[in-house]
Amino acid sequence: MNNPPTTEPVEHETEHYAPQAHDVSKHVRGYLLVGATLLVFTALTVFLSYLDLGSEKWNVAVAMVVATFKAGLVAYIFMHLSAEKKLIYRILIFTAIFVFGLFWLTYLAWYDPVHH
Amino acid sequence: MEIPYTVTARPDTGLWNAKVGIWLFLASEVMLFGGLFSAYIFLRLDAEPGFWPHGLLNVPVGTMNTAILIASSVTVVLAWASLKMRRFNAYWWYMLATISCGVIFLFVKLYFEWPQKFDHFGAYIKTSALEKYEPYLGNKHLLSEGLPPRVEITGHLHNHEALHDPNIKEYEVGLDPIYTDPTNPKMDRPHFLYVPPTDKILKIEKADVERATMFVPSHSTYFATYFTITGLHGLHVLGGVIVFTYLWLPVGSKLYRQNPEHLANRVEVAGLFWHFVDLVWIFVFPLFYLL
Repeated sequence: MNNPPTTEPVEHETEHYAPQAHDVSKHVRGYLLVGATLLVFTALTVFLSYLDLGSEKWNVAVAMVVATFKAGLVAYIFMHLSAEKKLIYRILIFTAIFVFGLFWLTYLAWYDPVHH
Repeated sequence: MEIPYTVTARPDTGLWNAKVGIWLFLASEVMLFGGLFSAYIFLRLDAEPGFWPHGLLNVPVGTMNTAILIASSVTVVLAWASLKMRRFNAYWWYMLATISCGVIFLFVKLYFEWPQKFDHFGAYIKTSALEKYEPYLGNKHLLSEGLPPRVEITGHLHNHEALHDPNIKEYEVGLDPIYTDPTNPKMDRPHFLYVPPTDKILKIEKADVERATMFVPSHSTYFATYFTITGLHGLHVLGGVIVFTYLWLPVGSKLYRQNPEHLANRVEVAGLFWHFVDLVWIFVFPLFYLL
């Protein structure tokens, strides 16, 4: 394996240097912590699936709650949604509405106004 | 031509352009996977009792692959943080770790998990013949427990030619452990660990079989959705690996010398895509492997 290519230290930083750059080092611990939490919750999901939580529906529901929590951590910390610009949130709100509509269409498939 | 707003914020959006671009792309990705998950829910909820299999995938391997993806999410965010702190060496190693994780994930899928499925056989028994195979299915026991019936017998197919040759009247199946001890409460919810088929061979008459295939997409709606969703997810992993490799190659160090913030931003958007791929897997893993 080659060693990483050597690079000269950069003297002239780009203007408008993002202010967050200075405290990135503070976040590194947090990223490791989130990674560890995700691994622990993966183990928890596997463990819970061995248990009989009353019915299949409950097992699915509990697993989805854990998965949603994990997905939230990834989105909030790794994808920096904890501190993002307004426009990104706007895009995501629209996405959420459309996804909701998509799943609602599936639900409509069971809707039967005649035999209801 | 100089690409505008690669590191500075565009006045009207308040963001550099690639950031808006990747989020719009991820929004469309959410719809793509959303449609497939929606199909999964629809097919699963409408499946007849016993027709949504459980415990057919290899859980330890799936868990390992989940851990590998999570680790790669951590390394890619650390690669980005290293660039922000202007530590190119650390970036280079974290990126290499990320690429390796992606390659291992794909290798396990393509050379281990999927071939194992293609080599596994299942025969759906006709309703009229279920009684005949009761000693292997244990449906009376399942009924008394309020569990869905078993309608399929799985294992290793010893006479492969039976799949194509109409003159062969029966399948010779090395049974999966569950069918050798079907009334054992431990088998009520099939074991998750991969246990190889036993030496016990059952001859299943073709006349008793509704349909019989290897574990391929046409086997059932379960495997159809499994291969579609994990296949599409795998393509995303491959795409991520290609982009990361590009950013890791000398192109990356060249850009770093010219404009380190530009490289950091490129790594950030590629990373955002990678986290999304991880996020999809967080749902795929329990839905297909565990539940």
